[in-house]
Amino acid sequence: MSFRMTRLHRYYGLYTAGFVLLVIALAVLEEHGMPARWIGYAFLFFTIAMYAFIGIMSRTSDVSEYYVAGRRIPAMFNGMATGADWMSAASFIGLAGTLYLSGYQGLAYVLGWTGGFVLVALLLAPYLRRFGEYTIPDFLGARYGGNTVRLVGVAAAILASFVYVVAQIYGVGVITSRFVSLQFEIGVFVGLAGILVCSFLGGMRAVTWTQVAQYVILIIAYITPVAILSYKVTGVPVPQLVYGQVLQEVTRLENKLFDLPQEVEARHLFQVRAEMYAEKIVRLPHSLNEERQVLAERINQLKASDAQMKDIVAVERQRRDLPHDVDQARIRWESLMFASAARASPPTHHAEAFPADSPDKRWQLQVNFLTLVFCLTIGTAALPHVLMRYYTTPTVKEARDSVFWSLCFILLLYVTAPAYAVFAKYEVFTHLAEIPIAKLPGWVAAWGKVGLITIEDINGDGILQLAELTLNPDVIVLATPEIAGMPYVISGLVAAGALAAALSTADGLLLTIAGSLSHDVYYRIMQPQASAQLRLVISKSVLLLTAVLAAMLAAQKPGTILSMVAWAFSIAASAFFPALVLGIFWKRANRQGAVAGMLVGLCLTLYYLVRVEFDSIPWLGIGGLQMEPWFGIQSTSAGVFGVVAGAATIVLVSLATSAPPLEIQQFVERIRSARPRR
Amino acid sequence: MPAREEYWRRTRRLTLMLLVVWVLVTYVVSWFARDLNSVVVLGFPLGFYMAAQGSLFVYVAIVWYYCRAMNRLDGEFKVDGN
Repeated sequence: MSFRMTRLHRYYGLYTAGFVLLVIALAVLEEHGMPARWIGYAFLFFTIAMYAFIGIMSRTSDVSEYYVAGRRIPAMFNGMATGADWMSAASFIGLAGTLYLSGYQGLAYVLGWTGGFVLVALLLAPYLRRFGEYTIPDFLGARYGGNTVRLVGVAAAILASFVYVVAQIYGVGVITSRFVSLQFEIGVFVGLAGILVCSFLGGMRAVTWTQVAQYVILIIAYITPVAILSYKVTGVPVPQLVYGQVLQEVTRLENKLFDLPQEVEARHLFQVRAEMYAEKIVRLPHSLNEERQVLAERINQLKASDAQMKDIVAVERQRRDLPHDVDQARIRWESLMFASAARASPPTHHAEAFPADSPDKRWQLQVNFLTLVFCLTIGTAALPHVLMRYYTTPTVKEARDSVFWSLCFILLLYVTAPAYAVFAKYEVFTHLAEIPIAKLPGWVAAWGKVGLITIEDINGDGILQLAELTLNPDVIVLATPEIAGMPYVISGLVAAGALAAALSTADGLLLTIAGSLSHDVYYRIMQPQASAQLRLVISKSVLLLTAVLAAMLAAQKPGTILSMVAWAFSIAASAFFPALVLGIFWKRANRQGAVAGMLVGLCLTLYYLVRVEFDSIPWLGIGGLQMEPWFGIQSTSAGVFGVVAGAATIVLVSLATSAPPLEIQQFVERIRSARPRR
Repeated sequence: MPAREEYWRRTRRLTLMLLVVWVLVTYVVSWFARDLNSVVVLGFPLGFYMAAQGSLFVYVAIVWYYCRAMNRLDGEFKVDGN
């Protein structure tokens, strides 16, 4: 972990200084009346041009450069690149909001997404680097022998990565449409271009150097707004240190606000509304017919009493907006019922762990917290696009060191996210709660317009109760610059950071998918004699195809796909982790065991996910799927069953079949002990 | 004992030891978060602090210690960190 000033440090030092100057220059221009929209364009243009420049400078037609950056990335830079690779649009925009909404419970993500790197460091990175090939299925193929295990690995890698990549590209569309007011679909394809300029031309080499650049922007953009907010609230610009005191203040305000009579009343009114919807759903289809009749009668009355035309039109619109059939009514009313019930539920204290009114429910929350942490840690240590990065360092020692650097760089963001949540809560409690709705700060209306904040004065007192306010998780990071009263340039900076987070992760994921298909399936299985040049052509074509496919899917705004991203961790964990770790630490593990274990783990996880999450799959014509979760464990933690069952299967099947051949055992010795392979 | 096996034995022992620390900090501490919350550190309830910052710093320390110990082990067995 020695630190030497090299040419690389100078380049990236200059680059960082240049970026800071750009932000300052834009701030000055804004002072002189540059419109907000142009600031957005400037950020979009300059950052993507920078990434494109790095991509073109590092273009390559060498296989080793393309897949593993020629194994020349120093530990610290690989750490930074891994940081950007790892932190996605969800970490950047969504995490702070999740923490705002769920308090202590949300910290499972913070723990899981950092704790997993300990497993990467101790169990995987050094051994993968000593093995020193190109992909994760490569390792499985070499360790267990045969194409079956390689193919299962490819399938799992694509399953875990593709949904993830769609979500990143979707994120780019959201960011560009919100900050630069491009049309969503155009934003998606701008993002696609931003991704392809790097990965298509220069593969891993270009992606690595771009990711380092993206990390710099991402972390500056994440920390600046909350540091300024922290300075305004506490006088200290280090939010991570001082938010403990703000948290105490938040707790005091919670005690004061939660039980105010008007809060209780608002919650009660939402409860009444939830019950009304529940009753309507039970009485379908009669309730829908009744509603139609009531409106029809009212229209007739209005017409008979020759009321004003606009009143009649309004009621007619109400009738038109009624659900068309029973299914639609059920779906719409259920979501309204859940939304009302959520607003009716008593708020929990931010720092309270496992808030519940009975020991049973508390136990349930504890178990779900721990299983989620388990799946996220194991999943982190099994996602191929992260593991692949440790093939790119020059030595095993640097692979180890680079996990240390990765963790440090990732930590910076994850330590800041809970501070965001607490500061935002403090602002909401002091400047929004129990304030007349007409006097709310301007940012509330601004974000209300795009639907990220909803306010409904259910008790009609003209004052905002906490229960009447609903925040979309994304709004916490996006609106912090405005909450702190900063100029638009800081909002533009946040958008640039979010864009960097989404693009860098998408790049890494695309390389994983393209690598699995072109290297493992085409080269290793179909055409082992293929020339290096042909392999690159195949790889680049697959990459292009995958990227375009992902962008087309993202442009459809697929809701279900986005909710599936959380599943990637469970899928990767149950498919890869047991086979990889046992492959290194247990010589007796053999091919039959690995194939059976990976399949059992993967299938069990998918089975649990689908049956807990869905009731029917219309395009397969299957219905009545829904089952009660086992031990009350949520579907996001499905991996907990898959990992355990997968590991047990590997052990049992391996012991029941013959030991792996001698050369495999020698292979294991070789990756374990420190002796140069060449 | 051949050097290679001794090297692997000591790697394994180190790995196991650090994994135990990791499990303690990640799972055991989280399980008792409610009880820990009654202690206040720097204004934070301890259970909350551990999940938001404390455990994360322990992770860095674990990985740092692992790197250092493995580099020493490499030196002792005269391998070049490859």
